[in-house]
Amino acid sequence: MSMENAAYKKFKDISREEHISPGTALCTGCGGLLALRLAYKVLGENVVIVNAAGCFTLLSVYPYNPFNSSWMYTAMACAPAGAQGIRDALDILIKKGKLKSEENLKVVVLTGDGTANDIGLQSTSAAIYRGLDFYYFCYDNEAYANTGFQMSSATPYGSRTSTSLPGEINPQGTTQRKKDLFEIWRAHKPPYLATISPSDPVDLSNKFEKASKFEGPKLFIALSPCPPGWSFGASNSVNIARLAVQTGIWPLKEAVYGEVKHTVIPKFKPVEEYLRTQNRYDHLFNPVKQVDIIDNIRKDVERYWERYLGT
Amino acid sequence: MVKEMLTGNSAAAWGARLSEVDYVPAFPITPQTEIIETLSQWINDGVMNAKFTNMDSEHSMITAAGTAAATGARVFSATSSQGLLYGYEMLYNVTGWRVPLVLINVSRGLSAPITLEPDHNDILSARDTGFVQIHAATCQEILDTILMAYRIAEDKRVLLPVLINMDGFYLSFTREPVEIPDKEEVSKFLPEYNPKHAFFKASNPMSQGVAVLGGSVYSYFKYQVHLASLNVLTVHDEVAGDFKRIFGRSYSAIESFKMDDADYVIIMTNSFTIKGKAAVTKFRKNGLKAGLLRLRLIRPFPSKELRTLLNGKKAVAVIDQNISPGSGGILFNDITTALYHEPDRPEVILSFIGGLGGKDISHAEFNHIIEEMGKSMKTGVVPETQLLYTKGDLEQINNLLNIAGKTSGGLGGIEELKD
Repeated sequence: MSMENAAYKKFKDISREEHISPGTALCTGCGGLLALRLAYKVLGENVVIVNAAGCFTLLSVYPYNPFNSSWMYTAMACAPAGAQGIRDALDILIKKGKLKSEENLKVVVLTGDGTANDIGLQSTSAAIYRGLDFYYFCYDNEAYANTGFQMSSATPYGSRTSTSLPGEINPQGTTQRKKDLFEIWRAHKPPYLATISPSDPVDLSNKFEKASKFEGPKLFIALSPCPPGWSFGASNSVNIARLAVQTGIWPLKEAVYGEVKHTVIPKFKPVEEYLRTQNRYDHLFNPVKQVDIIDNIRKDVERYWERYLGT
Repeated sequence: MVKEMLTGNSAAAWGARLSEVDYVPAFPITPQTEIIETLSQWINDGVMNAKFTNMDSEHSMITAAGTAAATGARVFSATSSQGLLYGYEMLYNVTGWRVPLVLINVSRGLSAPITLEPDHNDILSARDTGFVQIHAATCQEILDTILMAYRIAEDKRVLLPVLINMDGFYLSFTREPVEIPDKEEVSKFLPEYNPKHAFFKASNPMSQGVAVLGGSVYSYFKYQVHLASLNVLTVHDEVAGDFKRIFGRSYSAIESFKMDDADYVIIMTNSFTIKGKAAVTKFRKNGLKAGLLRLRLIRPFPSKELRTLLNGKKAVAVIDQNISPGSGGILFNDITTALYHEPDRPEVILSFIGGLGGKDISHAEFNHIIEEMGKSMKTGVVPETQLLYTKGDLEQINNLLNIAGKTSGGLGGIEELKD
């Protein structure tokens, strides 16, 4: 988006109003929670979150809730179906005059990457297909982090999870490439789709602002640096997210009805700079450097950007 | 008041229409599909003011039904067999959310082997979910039970979803004369749903379905579901009383047939009860004091009423149209548990499995059941659960085995009954 028309030009343009209280059961330094906190500043308080099983389920543990808005926990596979039920019910109750229109809510699905990429992919695809008017906020910490960091299909190649441990047979750890959820979702041609990062709050805010103009599915994949899972100091989350953007590993982009545009063109720092910040990649450097694996990661990033920037 | 020839599926659709439901999330499965097709048509034609959404699976469908009910809508849906099992996880969730929706299950035997005709392993798999469960035997009862179900589910002493069962094919596709009540009369019986406990609106933020930590908190909420379910025993009878007053038709938790002076009692559920009633009528003609009970309310289980009905009877035979492999009949266990401490309980209670996958229960089988009851009375020896299977049944499978080039090893020593 061009900065001239953007609602948010600098950090200070972002509201100081908070919609999530501090002191939740989530981990210190959770990158996804920071992204959600920023998103809420644009969404406002007339929201009902529809949550699937994952880290963020612990945001609402009886009788506590950090939000000044509503919350519905469903199950792991079906948060978008839950969103459908709430949206449909609000619509019909308003239509029948049983609910005043000022009582209307924005319906926001909140799930992790395991749900978004694996067990919940069907119900998400169906909700997008039906043109459901909702937001989907996926906090992508690149594994099943809540249960101890097992591999999901969003886990990146060459990283370590507790079910893709580096060993004699597979010294690189995860052998698969990260599933391209952005492209899977984009194939449905939703009105709005974007990647975001807690390191780029202005970009994030503008994307939520822009999405609010569309009726239908508005989908977000938030990079969510995970201190315990990725194994780094909790104070480094934003720096690591920034490195993910700057190395080109986490492209910041949007797609309006399927038309892709990158919102940040990175400086293309060497991928090694990003990899070295997290112990989940430690086996690529110690005890011996796995040059070919690191090279594969670099080439993947280069190939991705060549498609968009040309050579 | 109109009387029409309706299939069980049409009667179910009429029940939802007359209940003025707000929302129908749907997913097709034989033999229930006619229900959602009918509702879809009515909603598209504008004769029903409701929202209809085609979902991607029963898991999604039950989720959407539950969250819509949690938003404050009156919700109806239908499924069957594999579909109920596919959405099984969400049955427990929906009861935990304490939302009063109504779901119809059109019974069909569970795969494998995949089949079409009914037995009750599908619906009884949901017996521990917390759903109230009512099993219907006629098309009229399906329509009536839906109206009653919303009253029960939405009662503040209950606030639980209701599952209504009808047999696939035997009811779903069978036309019977059904009285369709007037809208005005229905509105006297069933007021508009106005939830005080669960809704979503901007002016009043609410959290639903939240996590709990620790067994004390978890147990508290689970016990609440159990206690609310037990309240249905009272609420059902109140609602049935109102129903009788307005519509003239009477329903109890357990239906009695020729029970007054009966010595030999057969217990059944659902549409096959009609076969049982025919057999009992025949036995009566031959001078045998036979009677029949049809369990209608399955959850909560009407133990007290059952005791009253069975105390002092000589012999009881339970025909379970379901099988718990390695145990026997599912309802037999509930029935014997209810009677165990009764000093005046029936002398013998026998267990039979029949009608699986829609297999007929012939008069020969009912004869066998009565003979076995008499034998047990005489000897005091009560046999283990018996699997009903006739010579004709065996011939059928033998013919198929022959075509497949196989031979039967029999049914492991089970006596085949003459047709």
